Amino acid sequence: MTTHTGTATHVTHDHPAAEKSFIQKYVFSIDHKVIGKQFLFSSLFFFVFGGLLAMLIRTQLAWPWQEIPGVGQFVYGNSGNILAPEAYPALVTMHGTIMIFFFIIPILSGAFGNFLIPLMIGAKDMAFPRLNLLSYWFMVPAFFIMLAGFFVEGGTAAAGWTSYVPLSALPDMVPGSGAGQTLWIVSLTLVGTSSLMGAINYITTVVMLRAKGMHMFRLPMTIWALFITAILVLMATPVLTSALILLFLDRTVGTHFFLPSGGGQVILWQHLFWFYSHPAVYIMILPAMGMASDIISCFARKPLFGYKPMVFSIMAIAGLGFIVWGHHMFQSGMNPVLGTVFMTSTMMIALPSAIKTFNWLATLWGGQLRLTAPMLNALAFVSTFVIGGLSGVFAAATPVDIFIHDTYWIVGHIHYVLFGGSLFGVFAAVQYWFPKMFGRMMSDRWGKVHFVLTFVAFNLVFFPMFILGAYGMPRRIADYTSYNFLAPLQSLNQFMTLSAYVLALSQLVLFGNFFYSLFRGQKAADNPWQANSLEWATSSPPPEHNFHAEPVVYHGPYEYSSPEVAEDWLPQNHALDGAGLKKTPTPAAATGAAAD
Amino acid sequence: MAHAVISEPHATPTWQGITTLKFAWWLFLASEVMFFAGLIAAYIVLRAGSPVWPIVSEVLNVPLVAGNTFILIVSSVTMVQAYAGIQAGNQSQLRNMLLATTALGIIFLGIQAFEWSALLREGETAQSSLFGATFYTLTGFHGLHVTGGVVGLVFVTLKAFRAGYTQAEHGGVELMGLYWHFVDVVWIILFTIVYLI
Amino acid sequence: MGGLIQNASTFGPAIDLMFMVVLVMTSVAFVLVEGLLIYFLIRYRARPGQRAVYVHGSRRLELAWTVGTAFALLSLALYQRPTWAEVKQTLPDESTALVIGLSADQFDWDATYPGADGRLDTADDLVAPPNLLYVPVDRPVIVRLQSKDVLHSFFVPQFRLKQDAVPGITIRVWFQATETGEFEIACAELCGLGHYRMRGLVIVESSEAFEARLAELRPK
Repeated sequence: MTTHTGTATHVTHDHPAAEKSFIQKYVFSIDHKVIGKQFLFSSLFFFVFGGLLAMLIRTQLAWPWQEIPGVGQFVYGNSGNILAPEAYPALVTMHGTIMIFFFIIPILSGAFGNFLIPLMIGAKDMAFPRLNLLSYWFMVPAFFIMLAGFFVEGGTAAAGWTSYVPLSALPDMVPGSGAGQTLWIVSLTLVGTSSLMGAINYITTVVMLRAKGMHMFRLPMTIWALFITAILVLMATPVLTSALILLFLDRTVGTHFFLPSGGGQVILWQHLFWFYSHPAVYIMILPAMGMASDIISCFARKPLFGYKPMVFSIMAIAGLGFIVWGHHMFQSGMNPVLGTVFMTSTMMIALPSAIKTFNWLATLWGGQLRLTAPMLNALAFVSTFVIGGLSGVFAAATPVDIFIHDTYWIVGHIHYVLFGGSLFGVFAAVQYWFPKMFGRMMSDRWGKVHFVLTFVAFNLVFFPMFILGAYGMPRRIADYTSYNFLAPLQSLNQFMTLSAYVLALSQLVLFGNFFYSLFRGQKAADNPWQANSLEWATSSPPPEHNFHAEPVVYHGPYEYSSPEVAEDWLPQNHALDGAGLKKTPTPAAATGAAAD
Repeated sequence: MAHAVISEPHATPTWQGITTLKFAWWLFLASEVMFFAGLIAAYIVLRAGSPVWPIVSEVLNVPLVAGNTFILIVSSVTMVQAYAGIQAGNQSQLRNMLLATTALGIIFLGIQAFEWSALLREGETAQSSLFGATFYTLTGFHGLHVTGGVVGLVFVTLKAFRAGYTQAEHGGVELMGLYWHFVDVVWIILFTIVYLI
Repeated sequence: MGGLIQNASTFGPAIDLMFMVVLVMTSVAFVLVEGLLIYFLIRYRARPGQRAVYVHGSRRLELAWTVGTAFALLSLALYQRPTWAEVKQTLPDESTALVIGLSADQFDWDATYPGADGRLDTADDLVAPPNLLYVPVDRPVIVRLQSKDVLHSFFVPQFRLKQDAVPGITIRVWFQATETGEFEIACAELCGLGHYRMRGLVIVESSEAFEARLAELRPK
């Protein structure tokens, strides 16, 4: 009988930890696992907040200027219980800003990046644990400063999350461009600093602290994705910082970088902003791609198909991501020749994403699919990401973009890649790694209920946006009903809004499952999913320094269903002890307990 | 069965001979390069798109600042000498060259401040023209980075005088040097595109 | 777009055709990918006693789908060039086209016409009532688009026309209306609290009716 055995390991002697206070253990911790959970909880809070803003947006679009029973008094008390015209741009601005900078980026890179990187590479912690602590605590003032915008005169920033000038540069142009916009700038500068610290930490950790035998091409895709994402963060975020500083100076000191009245250029803002913000969208999707790859491979019980092409595709997406920014600016007044240049690079960037999709499909082919909640969400990631990506091809086709730019086609596109892509990826990741984080299992049945409700409602809300876009419905419009060409769209908008309410309520199932399981979930085994990567080779949750003995790695993380192994999985830190024949699986293999 | 193996002595992790801290330092410097790249790109675009731009040699004191550039370059040389000193175990070379670097850095800042005050007296402010706005922003952020570098140099110099560095362990000196050279290179670029072109 | 709303300009059909081409290509990809996904979900569900196929990849497959996709994308890139060039990189002859000034501000559209001297930006320019743009049918029109304050965007869905109005720059946009009628203008770039009500009308009429309009605008 050939079984995999753990072989030579390095034994480290755990010194008995000095007794830590509550503050040291849970508030100002330098343990990457704690910091990861801090990011997780704050991100989830902002997910709810951003989602509620979305509900307000959808309600206005369905019933413009109507008083919302109950809620209207609470939210719009200052404007006669109904939405004020200047508040709508503020709503869309804050929805986008919060979802991007306070939810998706922090949960993917901050929560999962922090929690998983040391564990999956076999390290005790990040390279710089105190820098890690700082990176979370730079976010905290950012939270408060951004939220303070709701309480200042003129309200929050209201020039879109894209903050185009001159609307964002001149306080008179919209009320939010007063104090609110300044707070927005300051908050995002802190967020950017936090991200940079995290990026330096992640890149260094992955390069320097891999366990023995963990060659770069034995890293799980989750790590490759987080690693490449960190490089994007490192190189792109500072350009946003420079743009924010210039905008800040125009607003407060009287410079005219972006203001034509003083010789400045309006479009310069867009170039600087999108130079960061296009890589930012890859920052928002690559980690989800990596995690989906690992989850799909695990639950298909098959090696990831095309590991190296998958890695190189992530590199290609990241690299090309730096030269496509102008596709947000085709109609901006930028030289149309540049339009053709950016169109070309944008078409090219569709290729590595397509390659990844085919590899995910090929991973499923011939598999033994276990349709758990994480797997279903990972598959939803693939299916909706495909729609998001395909809808992007229309926008890349510059003549078509003339029509669909700044319409609901784009809103549909971004939500298919961000909600469909990143968020289903998050749902998968949360449910997959919950046992490792918290030592308990979430309910798979309620996970499936959440999945079905969310998947159906999501498509009902966002697919019609392509229809709205094809009709020409512009973005960020508080009320489209006085336009003849748009008035017929109200019933569709109402249908979408009702679906959005269902979508929002469905998240209660996930949150209920999450918090209930946190306290009353079934205790989790080390490796409940019978997965191969190193985080499953330690307890759930891991001890303070992750591993009792530093792991040694013998092969990649995708040795599922190897004919040389009795079980259909082979952890990275287990070697084969000589050539053996495939035997039928033993009952012991099903429990998920390690062979030794 | 897991076999216990005698652990290897814990060495500082390295990659291609680079220590963890130095590796991270290079990443930090890369991000700083991108920050200045954003500002410089904005400057180039704004200047190229401006129908009028002052004749720089008439508004700015090019010879003085060229001299200041030379001072900064010399300070990089003294920094190199400081590092070479401690690599050879020569504490006094380390200390003297660190002192020189710090002093030159402070002189650089002083001359920059003088240049700014002269310009302000002539009425050239950040608000008065795009030239002013870009000039003060570029040189200002560079100056801030030099100031940070000088603060770092003070700490490193004080530590050197307390014999805090040895031939075996002087990583902080190397990191200080890398940062200082970065600030110098950025200045050479800025000087070229703001003063010379 | 794609026939959902009326097409009333000369380059509109080319844009709609481009949309349909992309729609066909992406639909094929969509059906293929989602179809396979659903099929695999059913076909390869875990069954007791069975084992998954242990395969790490296939160089041949990678090559095939990379080359195939690249070819499709390249074709698309090449195919769209002429239409983009026609709409955004060429202008009708300014001596025969009607040149109109259009200025966007918070929150309306202000059109001006050359007066008797035949030139814009002179003292005898004619000013249309706010939010109305009069044009003759079947004649090339060049709009010199400007903004007085913040970014706006001149969007006429039924002409398949969109161009951002940028403060500090005058951007020339052209179109040729193929039908008479009233066609709505919507602002397509967030410009403040009144962005949603920045509605205008392009009124396309016969040459005679158009000339009569201009005559009405002239000072008596």
